[in-house]
Parts: sequence; structure tokens; C-alpha cells
Amino acid sequence: MSDQNPDVTSEETPDLDEIRSSGPVPRQREVLLDVDHVTLRFGGVTALDDVSFSLYRGEILGLIGPNGAGKTTCFNVMTGVYRPTSGAVRFAGQKVTGRKPHQINRMGIARTFQNIRLFPEMTALENVMVGTDSQHHTSVMGALFRLYRKKVKPHELPVVDSTNGAVRIWQQVRLGCAKVFGISRHTLEERAGERKALELLKFVGIVGRANELARNLPYGDQRRLEIARALATEPKLLCLDEPAAGFNPAEKEELNQLIRRIRDLGYTVLLIEHDMRLVMGVTDRIVVLEFGKKIAEGTPAEVRDNPKVIAAYLGEPADAA
Amino acid sequence: MTTTTSRKRLLNGLSDATGGIGDRFRALPKWQRGLAFLAFVAFLYYLPLLGIPGLTWLRTDSIEGGNNWAGVLFVCAVYVLIAIGLNVVIGLAGLLDLGYVGFFAVGAYSVALFGSTQSPVVKALQERFDLPQGWAVAWAICIPIAIAIAMISGVLLGWPTLRLRGDYLAIVTLGFGEIIRIVVRNVSWSGGPHGVAAIPGPEGAPSADNQVFGLIDAKPWYWLALTVVLLLVLAVRRLENSRVGRAWLAVREDEDAAAVMGVYPFKYKLWAFAIGAALGGISGALFASRQGFIEPNQFNAQLSILFVAMVVVGGAGNMAGVALGAFLLAYLPERFRDFAEWRFLVFGLALVLVMLLRPQGLIPSRRRARELKDRAEEVPASV
Amino acid sequence: MNFDELFGHLGQHTVDGLAKGSIYALVALGYTLVYGVLKLINFAHSEVFMVGTFTVVGVWSLLGATDSPPLGTLLLLLAAGLLAAALASGLTAVAVERIAYRRLRRMNAPPLIFLITAIGLSLVMSEAFGLWQGRLVVGIPTVLERDVVFSIGGTDVTNTQIITVVAALVMMAGLDVFINRTRYGRGVRAVAQNPDTAALMGVNKDRVIALIFLLGGLLAGAAALLYALRYGNTRFNVGFLLGLKAFTAAVLGGIGNLRGALLGGLLLGVVEVYAATLTQSNWEDVAAFVVLVVVLLFRPTGLLGESLGRARA
Ligand SMILES: Nc1ncnc2c1ncn2[C@@H]1O[C@H](COP(=O)(O)OP(=O)(O)OP(=O)(O)O)[C@@H](O)[C@H]1O
Ligand SMILES: [Mg+2]
Repeated sequence: MSDQNPDVTSEETPDLDEIRSSGPVPRQREVLLDVDHVTLRFGGVTALDDVSFSLYRGEILGLIGPNGAGKTTCFNVMTGVYRPTSGAVRFAGQKVTGRKPHQINRMGIARTFQNIRLFPEMTALENVMVGTDSQHHTSVMGALFRLYRKKVKPHELPVVDSTNGAVRIWQQVRLGCAKVFGISRHTLEERAGERKALELLKFVGIVGRANELARNLPYGDQRRLEIARALATEPKLLCLDEPAAGFNPAEKEELNQLIRRIRDLGYTVLLIEHDMRLVMGVTDRIVVLEFGKKIAEGTPAEVRDNPKVIAAYLGEPADAA
Repeated sequence: MTTTTSRKRLLNGLSDATGGIGDRFRALPKWQRGLAFLAFVAFLYYLPLLGIPGLTWLRTDSIEGGNNWAGVLFVCAVYVLIAIGLNVVIGLAGLLDLGYVGFFAVGAYSVALFGSTQSPVVKALQERFDLPQGWAVAWAICIPIAIAIAMISGVLLGWPTLRLRGDYLAIVTLGFGEIIRIVVRNVSWSGGPHGVAAIPGPEGAPSADNQVFGLIDAKPWYWLALTVVLLLVLAVRRLENSRVGRAWLAVREDEDAAAVMGVYPFKYKLWAFAIGAALGGISGALFASRQGFIEPNQFNAQLSILFVAMVVVGGAGNMAGVALGAFLLAYLPERFRDFAEWRFLVFGLALVLVMLLRPQGLIPSRRRARELKDRAEEVPASV
Repeated sequence: MNFDELFGHLGQHTVDGLAKGSIYALVALGYTLVYGVLKLINFAHSEVFMVGTFTVVGVWSLLGATDSPPLGTLLLLLAAGLLAAALASGLTAVAVERIAYRRLRRMNAPPLIFLITAIGLSLVMSEAFGLWQGRLVVGIPTVLERDVVFSIGGTDVTNTQIITVVAALVMMAGLDVFINRTRYGRGVRAVAQNPDTAALMGVNKDRVIALIFLLGGLLAGAAALLYALRYGNTRFNVGFLLGLKAFTAAVLGGIGNLRGALLGGLLLGVVEVYAATLTQSNWEDVAAFVVLVVVLLFRPTGLLGESLGRARA
């Protein structure tokens, strides 16, 4: 993207040592998410088998493993799509398991989907605004009657800018009304939501396509839009499910930068990704799953040298390595 | 094969024309759109007096034995209202409700049972509270009662059933519509199979003395219904462009994804049901007031399916589309009397053809671009 | 509430309910077959049944049927009626699939589109018959006079009841054998379990789907004959209520499950007759809807669970 931060290029493909020295590996050891002995069976298939790991506030944790290892299923358990057969997930000290997906989202977990699941018939902007739903206080009655009004600061008042006489008069009438009666909370919230959505679209770099239907966006922009939509829910933890799937190296690098920027804003990130360069480059720690079991956990370097992990990725039994 | 393609071309051409007009309309500056809309509204109010040479053939009383033109327009307005309400449920929230006639009936019967001096409910109230013979609940109070009862029945129906999968929900609602009709026919407090007469209008019980809302002149009734339609169109428009409307669309598009984004699907589906029910109730109340008399068999399941047809054929999700669908459905059989007998067949056929060839309906729903002006460029880069 | 009548003649009402339920069961099989394979509600199936009843009317009037003919003629009428109704219904069902569903399947349309299309088709068919045959009840000659064959403990069992129940059981058994023991049946089960894999294994999916529509139609035709025997009339909109109840029966037993359809049909018939007895017929139809709602809410997979694919796969 042309409007990218210029030092993006200087930082390309950081090597591991650089990261280890500069990167703040677990800065504060405050547990944000705790996956506690979670098991999930689908009939005969054990998709998750006694998986436990913790996620610390402020870190980027990678969740990797071969296809069908149970990574997506793990997300589904964390976000309330599935209920674990046994075990529990806790988030910021509160139990997640047993709550409905929207409640979990409001606790502060947001996610993207591996197979993009946007709202195809809505515009990009509206997709992101759906994410702001939980920040609204007015609902049906507020939208219908707009009786709860607030005095607003001058810069929030309607502008009078038309050169067309009739329209100008109309705008002045509206300005007068807004001055006398204030502006309804509903309108203010709509505006706030819209502004926030635009900021997020800008943040992920697709603000120019705000008014396009999600289904008409190019593939890469759809992935970015999913991230923006998830961020709009004001999460503490952002879970990304293979955000770089189908990306070319340049796009992957952009994504790498995006994830870092997200982390720098104070979000904790849980990242599922198959691209090892990306994972090793951006994460602080990594958890490895295979056939539903956790087989390794540690810093990227530790994981990379772990024989079990090498075996899992080479497709050999672990003890043969 | 060739007939299908030519039919398809015809249908595509038709809706490209309508959709094209829609797009061109949307491209106009806001104030011009406003003016055009005002002119259109003025025309609607003028419609019962329609005397423009060259357009008088539109009037239903221009044919022999044709019905009172204003009366037909009134029915059209009521159908448009129904379509607007059902569109909230089907078009916006994506819930197929095959029992919408149930809410229509609830609205109609609420006015009838509380407002008519002949209804068993009013008679029971008279006895219980020693009220005079001619007493009944005033029309102006009957309407909110009708809305409230319809909404409550919407919530009562939705609460248990909205967790069901879409196609099951459709069948259950179909059953609901039938249950309402059977209940009304069989219980004693509803007037039974003979129905209820002397349903009041804004001026009280139907009588020849009524100055405005009388039995003969239907124009005031039409103007009343039209006003109600316009108000409710504005109300639904407000909802559409709010958090609620977005949540409806999101739930329609992908319920699970919406839930993970913090939207509680059940809550919004229930709202859609309640609002749809309220609109159905209002239209039923208007209909009953004008008729002065209702009976259970006016509310059969075929009517529900016809309601679905107007929404789907017109273009689910688009208020202009569903209003057009409803208008055509109510108007065509009246203007072309030979066609009246065939109308269910034709509308069934229209339903099938639209589904097979153009599932988005005559005037497809398009998301309106938000008017961002140049704000998109000025936003700060921070979050 | 007329409990005396119900419990005084419980056996009588149960037998009557079973006979009534047999008709539901046969129609329910059509819903279940289609649902088992395509996972969609064939709303137009009720009209497939309606076509069957009118075929019986047509064929019998062509053969000059009268009330209570001699035995030879009776057998001829029954055979001709069964054959013609089954054929007409079967072909109608296949036509519905060919005209409406195949195209939608190709487009991968969502289930609600299927449902709305089917509703439209249903309206078209019933209206076509309404315009053609009139909107009034059409009488059918009483070829089989009601006759008590035997009675046990004060419960009379009539010839029509026996024929209805036996015919339903026989056809049910035949269908079960067909699905579970023959090559065609294996194809059906394969497609029901996993359409894509079945296609890879060389099963012609379109042919299998046409086959299940045909089977459902044949059974609906048979049900139409039994209906004609039992009620002696039909009407252009006869399919609506009966179809809804048959669908209820299918859901009650576990939609997609053949034996469930039988169980659900019989059970629903009995429940309805009980309800009719208790309330002087006023609430008979409500009973079916209440059953439907309660089942869907508390046990959406029905009594026996949903499984055409798993039926002894
Ligand atoms: N709804 C389900 N029903 C049955 N089995 C399921 C279901 N969801 C997942 N599985 C099974 O659980 C296992 C783990 O699947 P999952 O999608 O979590 O893998 P993954 O690690 O995300 O793989 P990939 O890298 O391909 O995305 C797989 O064997 C899958 O078949
Ligand atoms: Mg996955």
C-alpha cells in the first residue's frame, strides 16, 4: 500500500536474533486467557484432547499444527461456538465456557474466520459497524423515537455548507434544531460507530472501499476487513485464524506489520498460521497441536528445534525422530 | 429451452428497468430525492380523485361492475402495510414467516372484540362493570390495544420457535396462523364462526350518520391508511439505518458470525417478530375498522402465502419493492376482473418464476452507500 | 371435555386413529425420503397427494364406478385406482423435482429458496385444480361399504380400517426392503449419507433423487386411494391440511427416518382421534399443530432420530 509507514521496508523479514533481543518476550506475566484441560469429541473424533495453555496479556501467541490438528476447533471452543466435552476456558479470571458467543465477545474475545465469513450483502463499512453493536446504548426505541437528546459541542453540530439556496435554508433549520434541542443519543452513537469503523478501515488499509459490498472486495481486502470487524468489538484478545492464507509474500509482510501494530496498540493476539516464516517472525511464544494434543510450547526458537514438532511437520511419528 | 430464456430475458429486462430507475434515483442529490419523494406522496394523496385524462383507465370503476376506486386503494394501502411489516421479518431478518395472517387476524379481532358493542367481550365487560348498553372501548384506545396484543402474540410465538432452523420455523408459523383461525372459530368469546359486526371506526360504530369515515365514501379511509403507511415507512426506515437494521442483516447473512461479533441473534430476531407482528396488527385493525364486520374464514393460510408472495416477488429487503408487490397483488385482480379468479394461480406462478429466475425479486434490495462525503479522507490514522 | 366417551370406547378410537394415521404415515414417507436425501422440506408433496385423489375420481368415473359394486368390479376399481393414482402422483412428484428443484440444486440455493419455490408450486397446483374441478367438495362413490368385519371386546373393526392399516404396513415393509436390500436402495442411502462421496463412487445423484421423488409420489398415490375409501370425497385444497399433518408425523417420528414416519403417522392419527373425541372435533386440527410445536421444541430429531443414511448403512 502506498500510504504505508515508510519504515515498513526497512524492517522486512526480521531475523530471529533481532527479535529475541528487541522483542519483549512475556512482558508481564498476567494470564489473560486460560485453556484448562479442554477435551472436545465429535462422535468418535477427538478434535481436542486435554489441551491446556495460557496466554499472557500483551503477547502474541502462535497456535500451529498440521491440518486437522484442532486449531480452529480450539478457537470455536474459546468463542462459544462449541462447548467442550470436558475442561474449561477462562478469560481474565472469568469462566468463558457455558456462555453464549455474544457474551464471550463482550467479555473481550474477538476472532476472524479461516474461511472468510463476512456479511456479503453489506458494505465494508457496515460490516465493521456490526462489530460496534455492543457499544451502543440505544436500541429499537432509541432509533425510532430519538427522544433522548444531548447538547453537543459546536464542532459536532450539522454543517451549513451548501451553495444551493433551498438546501442551505434546510441545513440552517437543522442547525437551529440541533442547537435548541440537542442531538439524539442514537445519532451520536451512529456517528461514533461510523467514525470508528472508518478509522479501523483506514488502520487495515481499505478505507477507500468503505462503501463496497463485502462480497465484491478482493480476497486480501476481505481478510483485512475481517480483522477490522473483529477490532471494532473492542476486544482485549484478538484471535486470527490463518489471516495470511492465500497471501503472496508481499501481502504476508504487510500482514506481519499489521499484527505488530495491533499488538503495539495493546491488544493480545492469538495467531493460527501455517506460514512458518510469519509465525516465527511475529510471535512471542508458540503452542503446537497435533491430532488434538498439545505437543510443544515455547519460544519460536525452542519450538523450531523441538524434535516432536519437526516430526509432526515431516509427518513421522514423534518417537521415531 | 428458448421459452425459458426469453422469459428470463423478459424478467431480467423488467427488473433491470426497475432496478435501473432505482439506481438512477439513488444517484440524485439528496434534496432532489426529497423533492421527488414529496411529489410522489402528493400524487398518492391525489390518487382517489384521479381524473387526469389518459390515466383514468387505471381506475377500477372505469370497468363495468368495477369496485369503488377509493375502496380498492384502501385495500391496496392495507396490503402495502402488511408487506412493509412482513418485509421486516422476511427481508431484513431473513425469517420465513408463513403465518403472518395470524397477526393480521389478531389486530382485526382486537378492534372487533373491544370496540364493537356486539362482541361477547364487550358484553361481558358491560355486565361485569355495570356499564350502559351502548358502551364499548373507544376506537382510539382499541388501536394501541390491537398493537399491544399483536406484539405480545409475536413475542409468544417467537420466544420458543426462533431457536428453530429456518425451514422448521416456516412450518411452525404456518401452523400458528391456522391455530389462530381455528381458535377464533371455536371459542365462544370471539363471536365464533359468525364473526363480529359493528366494528367501530375513528368516528365510532359504523352508521350512516358518520361525517367522514362513513360506509360509502372510502376516500377518508384511504387517506388515513396512506398516512399510517407513510409514517410507518419512515419508522421502519429509521430502524433499517440503525444498529438494529444492521444487526438484522448480519443475522440474516451469517448468524454465527454475527453472534461472535457480539450481536445477540435471538434478541434481534425477536424484535423483528414483534415489530412485524405490530405492523400486521395495525393493518388488521385498519382493515376491520373499514369493513365493520369480520369472520374467521377471512384469515386463511392462503392469505399468508399471498403475503409472502408480495414480499418475495417485489424484492425482499427493499421497501419500494415489497410495496410495489403488494400494490400489484391487491390492484390487478380488481382492475382486471376476469383475472380475479386466476389470481392465486398467477401469483403462485410468479412466486415460482421469481425464485427460479430472479431470486432477488423485481426491485432488488441494494445497500445504499452511506453518505460519507469526504470524511473518509479526513479520519485520523489512530485508533 | 368428553372423557367418558373417550375412555368408554378407547379401543374403538384407537383403531380408528391407527387407520387415520396410516394415511398420514404413507404421505409422511414422501417428506421423509426427500428430507433424508436432500435435507429440505418438499412443501409441494401435499399437492402430489391431491393429484392422486383426483386421479382416483377420474379413473373411477371413467370406469363407471357406483356405490357398492359387486366384488369383481370392486377389485378392478381398487386395482385401477391404486395404479392410476400411484402413477399420477409419482409422475407429478418427479415433475416437481425436474421443474423446480433440479435447477435450484444446480444453483446451490439456500433452503428457504427451495421452500418458497415449493410453496409457489403448491399454490399453482391446487389452484389449477380449483379452477379446473371447481372449488367445492367433489364426491367419490362409496365403492366399499363400511362393514364391521369383527369385534373384540366391544371394539368394532371395519373393512376399510383393515385395508388401510394393512396396506400401509405392506407398503412400508416393501419400502424398507427396497431401501435396505436392493442396489437402488444402496444408492439412495449412499447419497443420503454423503452426496459428494457417492457421486465420486459412481452413483448418479440426479437419478437417485428422481427415484426418491418417484417413490414418495407412489406412496402418496396409494395414500390418496385409501383416503378416497375412507372419506369418500376430495377437494382442490385437500392436500394443505393433510400435508401439514403428514409433515408433522414425519417430524414426530424423526424426519429422514422411514420407520419414524410410520410410527409418527400412527401416533398422530391416534392423538387426533382422541382430541377429536374429547372436543367434538373442534380442536382436532389444533392438536396436530401443538404436537408439531412441542416435538420441534423439545426433541427436534423426533422419536426415533433423523437418519435415512444410517438406516442399517
Ligand atoms: N463440526 C465438526 N464435526 C465433526 N468433526 C469436526 C467438526 N469440526 C472439526 N472436526 C474435526 O476436528 C478435527 C480438527 O479440525 P480443525 O478444523 O480444528 O483443524 P485445524 O487445525 O483448524 O486444521 P486446518 O489447518 O486444516 O484448518 C478435524 O479432524 C475435523 O475433521
Ligand atoms: Mg483450521
